[in-house]
Amino acid sequence: MNVRNLVLLWAAQRYSAMVLALCVLVHLATMIYAVRSGLSAEEILGRTRGNAGWAAFYALFVAAVAVHAPIGLRNILSETLGWRGRSLDVAVAAVGIALALWGLRAVWAVYA
Amino acid sequence: MSAAMRNDYRARSHPAYWAFIVHRISGLLLSLFLPLHFWALGQALQGEAALESFLRWTDSPLVKLAETAIVLLLAAHMAGGVRLLMLEFLAWRDWQKSLLAVAAGASLAAGLAFLLNVV
Repeated sequence: MNVRNLVLLWAAQRYSAMVLALCVLVHLATMIYAVRSGLSAEEILGRTRGNAGWAAFYALFVAAVAVHAPIGLRNILSETLGWRGRSLDVAVAAVGIALALWGLRAVWAVYA
Repeated sequence: MSAAMRNDYRARSHPAYWAFIVHRISGLLLSLFLPLHFWALGQALQGEAALESFLRWTDSPLVKLAETAIVLLLAAHMAGGVRLLMLEFLAWRDWQKSLLAVAAGASLAAGLAFLLNVV
């Protein structure tokens, strides 16, 4: 990969991290609050079903993680395992697309 | 011991090296956990009862322990990541040396808060 694209990946990793930091803070607070009286499907779906605000939040969360996680995996695979070249880029791009689709399916599942 | 090995050892006994390791391992484990998490939420596509039956499985103490570990990993990855962002994007300040301790403390606090609430 050329230097320009590597810089773009670096920037995408940092800007997605900024979005994720806020999302994770909200997620941690929600989780710690939600498990207080035990998790139930009724309680979770009561919060998320038909709620466009939560759906938008989780869609943003999924989009940011689908950018962030593959770039991080790419760094680990290339620096620790020595996997380089086009095959690595294709593999991590596939991971990103899969995470995005699989994540949006989950968002839809608790919204619709 | 050769100079290179000594140098290697010194670099790796630094707290920032451990922060790097924690960030990599937590990131990797969180990436592996995500598909499972999305699958679990996807159970709701088959209705509330399907999600409920999965959630009852998570009542077991071992699952709660694993959940707490994941919360700890998430908090550690976030706190360590915010530390990196501050190092890279903000001007150097003396207190940046304390960021490691702040990051570790914040993640432990989040993990503990979850554990105390989940049990």
